[in-house]
Parts: sequence; C-alpha cells; structure tokens
Amino acid sequence: MSDYIEQNGFPFQSNEMHDLCVCGGSPATALAAKRSTAAYAEMLKRNPNFQTWRDDAHAIKKYGVENLDKLLVEFEKNLIAKGIEVLWAEDAREANRLILEIAKKHGVKKVVKSKSLVSEEIQLDPAFEKNGITPIETDLGEFILQLAHQRPTHTVVPALHLTAEEIGRLFEKELKEPYTAVHGELTAMARKHLREHFLTADMGVSGVNFGIADTGSFVVIENEGNAGLSTSTPPVHVAIMGIEKVIPSIDYLPQFLHVLPRSATDQKLTTYTHLFNGPTEGRKMYVVLIDNGRTNVLADPATFSTLYCVRCGACMNACPVYHRVGGWAYGWIYPGPIGEILNPHLVGMEKAGKLPFASSLCEKCAQVCPVKVAIPEQLVHLRNQSTQTRSPMQSWYQAILWKTWNFACTSGFRYAWFMYAVRWGAWGAKFLPRPFHILELGAWTQGRTIPRPAKRSFRQWWRARQKQK
Amino acid sequence: MIRRVHTAPPAWEYPEYQPGQKVALFIPCYMDQFYPHVGQAVVEILERLGIAPEFPPEQTCCGQPAFNSGYWDQVRPTAMAFVRAFRGYDWIVCPSGSCTAMCRVFYEHLFPGDENVRAVSSRVVEFTEFLVNVLHQVDLGAVFPHKVTLHIGCHGRRELGIASQPVELLEHVKGLEYRELPQMEDCCGFGGTFSVKFPNLSLDMGRTKCENIASTGADVVASIDTSCLMHIGGILQLDPQKKHIMPLHIAEILNHREG
Repeated sequence: MSDYIEQNGFPFQSNEMHDLCVCGGSPATALAAKRSTAAYAEMLKRNPNFQTWRDDAHAIKKYGVENLDKLLVEFEKNLIAKGIEVLWAEDAREANRLILEIAKKHGVKKVVKSKSLVSEEIQLDPAFEKNGITPIETDLGEFILQLAHQRPTHTVVPALHLTAEEIGRLFEKELKEPYTAVHGELTAMARKHLREHFLTADMGVSGVNFGIADTGSFVVIENEGNAGLSTSTPPVHVAIMGIEKVIPSIDYLPQFLHVLPRSATDQKLTTYTHLFNGPTEGRKMYVVLIDNGRTNVLADPATFSTLYCVRCGACMNACPVYHRVGGWAYGWIYPGPIGEILNPHLVGMEKAGKLPFASSLCEKCAQVCPVKVAIPEQLVHLRNQSTQTRSPMQSWYQAILWKTWNFACTSGFRYAWFMYAVRWGAWGAKFLPRPFHILELGAWTQGRTIPRPAKRSFRQWWRARQKQK
Repeated sequence: MIRRVHTAPPAWEYPEYQPGQKVALFIPCYMDQFYPHVGQAVVEILERLGIAPEFPPEQTCCGQPAFNSGYWDQVRPTAMAFVRAFRGYDWIVCPSGSCTAMCRVFYEHLFPGDENVRAVSSRVVEFTEFLVNVLHQVDLGAVFPHKVTLHIGCHGRRELGIASQPVELLEHVKGLEYRELPQMEDCCGFGGTFSVKFPNLSLDMGRTKCENIASTGADVVASIDTSCLMHIGGILQLDPQKKHIMPLHIAEILNHREG
C-alpha cells in the first residue's frame, strides 16, 4: 500500500480536509471545469457520430476485458517476438522491485519519465529516490508538481489546480527564472530545463495507453513530445501498463483514437501518437504488466466494467462534486467518479469505503464516458458492498434506521402510522431554532428550510374522497 | 467478431393505452406526507382525460433511500411490497422521475432476472411520460400566466430519457412564458441521502442551481420531481433575493385553470 495513504488517509474519510478539498477551495479547478463542460458540448455538436463511436469503443473494451486471459497471453507472445522483454507484477511492490532491477542492471542514475498514472499508482518516483536514482517528470504538469512536491489532481491535466501566476512563482523560486505568468514563456522555461535531462538520462519510463494483442505493439498518445523524447533518447525504455489496457487488434485502435482525445481535451487527435514495435539496434525495451488489484475488479461481475476505463478524465470534467472539491479529496491517484469506483478495489473498502457515497448519482459521468463505464450502477453496487464489509460507512445506527424503515414500509397500515409520526415530528421541528442537530436533520437545516407537513396526507384525502362518492 | 452494442440513450418503447385499462397511482412517500396537493392535481388531470386512476392503499415507498444508502437487504422486502401492491395493474403512474427510475431501472439490480418483479416494474411510468408518450396529450387546457423555468431531475433525464415531454406540456399552457434554464443538465445537489451526508457539497450545488434559476427571471421553478424542489425551495426560501421564486410540481401547473 502506498505510504501516502498510510500517512494521510482519504480526505473524504477524515474530517480534516486540505484547503483544496473543501467546497470552492480551488478556483482554478472550478474555472477549468466550466470551460471543459462547454468545450464538450461544442464537441458533441461538431461530431454527430460521436455516440456510435462510443458504442464501438465500449464493445471493443468489453470484448477485451472479457477475454483478458487469452489476449494477455497473445500480447506477451507477440511482444517477445519483437524483442521486447515482458515482466509481470502482481502488486505495486513487485512492480517497483522489477523496475529497480532493470535500472540496476543498466547502471541507471537518472530516469526521464513521461506521464504515467500507473507509475503514480505504484509510487515509482519515491522508490527510485530511495535507491539513489533521480526521476525527472517530463510532462509539463507533472514537472510542475514535482517541483512543488504536490500530487496530481486530475488524470489528464495533473496541475489543473494551479494558476499560471502560481506556476510563475514556483519557477522563480525553484528554477531561478524571472517571474512571468505568460503561458508560452513558462512552457519555454520548462522546455529549457528538461532538454538537458533528456540528453543525460540513462533510462526512460512511459505508460501505455493501449496494448495491441495481435501485433504485439503498444501505443502512447501525448501532446508535448516529452513521451517521444523520454522513450527514444535514453538507451533503455521501460513501459509500464495495467493489465486491462489490452485491445484485441490494431484494427480497433482508430475507434479509441476517435473518442479518447475528444473526450479528454476536445482534440481531434493528440499531437503525437506513438506506436512502439520493439527496440532499435543496441537498445532495450521492457514492458511491465501490472495487476495491483485489477483482478479483484475482474472477479466481481457487478463491477468489472470499471476496467474499460481509458483514463481520459471526461467523468471528472463532468462531475459537479469534482468541480467543487478537486482531485485531492479522493485521496488517491484516480480522482472523480472513476476514482470513486476504482479506488475501493485498489486500496480496499476499509480505506476508501466512503468514496462511492461522494456522489449525488446525477449520472453525468455515465453520459460522457467514451467507453460507457456504468459508473452510477457501480456506485450503488459498491455502496451495498461498503455497508456489508468493514468500511467507514458501516454503522449500526444506519442499519437500525433502515430496518425500521423497512418494517414500516412492508405494510400499508404500519406505514401510515409511521408516516403520521414523521409528520408530527416535522411539524414540531418548525418550532426549533435553525440549524439544529438531531440526527441528520442538522445537516439538512444548515442551509435549507424544512418542508411543512400537509394537514392531510394524500391517502387520507383519497379515503375521504372515496367515501363521498 | 465484435458487435456494436447500443446501450444509450434509454429509448423506452411505450405500449399504447387502451381504454378501460387499469391505471394505478403511485404517490411517493414524501409526496404523500408533504405535498399531497401534487397527487391531487395528478388525479384531477387524469380524470379529466377520462381515466379513473386507482390508489392501492397497500403502497408505501419504492425503497430508493435505503437502496442508495447501500442497505440492499433492507430494501428487498420493501420493493417486494411494492410489487405486491401493484400487481394486476396495466399502468402505474408516478409523478416523480426519481422513483420511477428506481422501480423501472434499479429493481433489476435488486432482483436480477426476476420475471415477477419485471412484470410490475416495467409498467411504472412517469407522469409526463404517460401524458405525452402514452396518451399523446400535450394540451390539457391549463392556464397559468407566469414566467416558468424547468428543472428536470437527473434520474428522470438520464435514466428515463425525459427531456422534451415536460417542455412540450408547459409550452401548451395558456399564458405561460417558458424560460429555459441555463446549465439545465446539471444536478441540483439533492441526491437523496447525499444531501445530508455531504451537506456542504449539496448546498453549494443547490446554490449554483438557484443562481441559474434566478438568472432566468422566472417567478416559478417547475420540476417533475418534488424531491429536487424540496431542496431547491428550501434554499430559495432562505435567500431574501430569491424568496419570491415558487417551486411547483409540473402537475400543479397543468392543473391550473382560470380564476
């Protein structure tokens, strides 16, 4: 398990939230969210076929996950045939050990990394640092966060929560550059500093967007060119991927290239699409396949569509909860709605059991997901699981409450009396000062009035009316 | 070969209504106790259209609050009680998108593949759906000279695919000036128990919704869900600038006559 969670826990779970995790704590996130929502709506207008593309992408991913066992074997065989070394890791610890062994074998002192969520998931950077290897994040967002010693708040745009002014100040302090908040100038500064690292690094680490089983190749898409440099300049390239990233055939790749960039950043295509087909003369290429809890997801039929996820971030761009609390509140590398359904599997209910409840079930995430992960369905399934295993949401008081509710609701007669009591309670509550704290009513009355109970319930009215007739 | 799977948007095929079919009313629990006048409006509208709805007295709650809280074992008997109460009816009309979605969509998760449950739950229709898609009635002869904006609850919108029906109905109301709500697809923040589990988030979402409502200049906010309105109305009432905006269920507007 990651040290980060051990130390900090899940902010949604603990009551001490970081400033950024409280409502409205990050104006930059709120602004970006608004922009991306508008951009997505425009994108839909420009692409009348988008829903069909989503259907296709969904079908391919579904096939991929359902046949994962066969596809992985095929993928491995074809990778090896191309001279790529394949390594398997059951969990984060094993993955780190394997990658460190590769680094040691090649005498690596410095690593350039392009953005990879799995590397965040397994906490690769701290593992490198502990072993005297310097990891350099080369994605602009990740580079900024490495300087700031912060964690990403978004899967696609990791430094979403920072403004250009804040980044300018950071560069002034850490890179000793003159202060500026002009985007182009900031990018040029980062580029200048990174160029040196690319040329002196001994190993490049990248993630994988798609592993293609029938050709034994893998795909990395990016915009900045940093992944291209990280993977081609140093003599060793290590690509790490979650096992669910395999698709059956290269024929199906275009479907994903249609939907992924459009959903993520409203681009027709990312600037670069790298298709890796084995190392060139004198170089080494490794693929590390990581499970780290994914087979748990696969084992549960109710939730396995979680594995279709292509990490485009569309769900968090659409999520009203994410807009308000930002990525850190989810306490783990995967924020937003996908984090709510993925994190409980990866780190366990005991730690992440509250995440599935941090949603109003508005289902906007499902509406935008390019591969149609059934996020709302899985949220309710996980809520059910959360109340049945050890988790922060298991409460005797709730269990009794719902048992009582159920007892009342299984008979029209009992229900009528129960509701009679509720109505009198609500009537009495009117006379108490607001807000007051009885059970959950305290939370309700924080900023809302209590509805006034009717003099006569509908069923009383109905009965009286039937008598009159 | 991988076949294309069409999964969304939900396209329900509505059977035709045949005269003489038995129509039951499902009045959700909170409406029964707090907003009985909405149910009364529904009864009056249906009777004017020549349908005599019945109200099975054994009905209670659809079970959504417990379901969304994760207490599925406690919900199942409640859902079964619903199925028992409404067995034998051809149509079950419910003036709430959220409760309709619970029965029609989510009972499948509680009782996967249970034909007895499906026989009942698949016949639950939301009130505006019933008027527009089943009865094909959009002009009910209502008169309501006010500026009205509309919020469609998320379950109704995204699980049942209700978007145009309430608008169509409102546009046929005499004297009514329909004002489109900006960012209409956004959640109001109620979310059932979400509103008390994460009150700050829920309130912030609600306040954004209220800002949007106020920006239309409407003096009435209509909805197909009274639950959303309970939350929205509760926030509006505490804001002196927005206090005058009245939350009304669409049935109340459609039942409004002259004088």
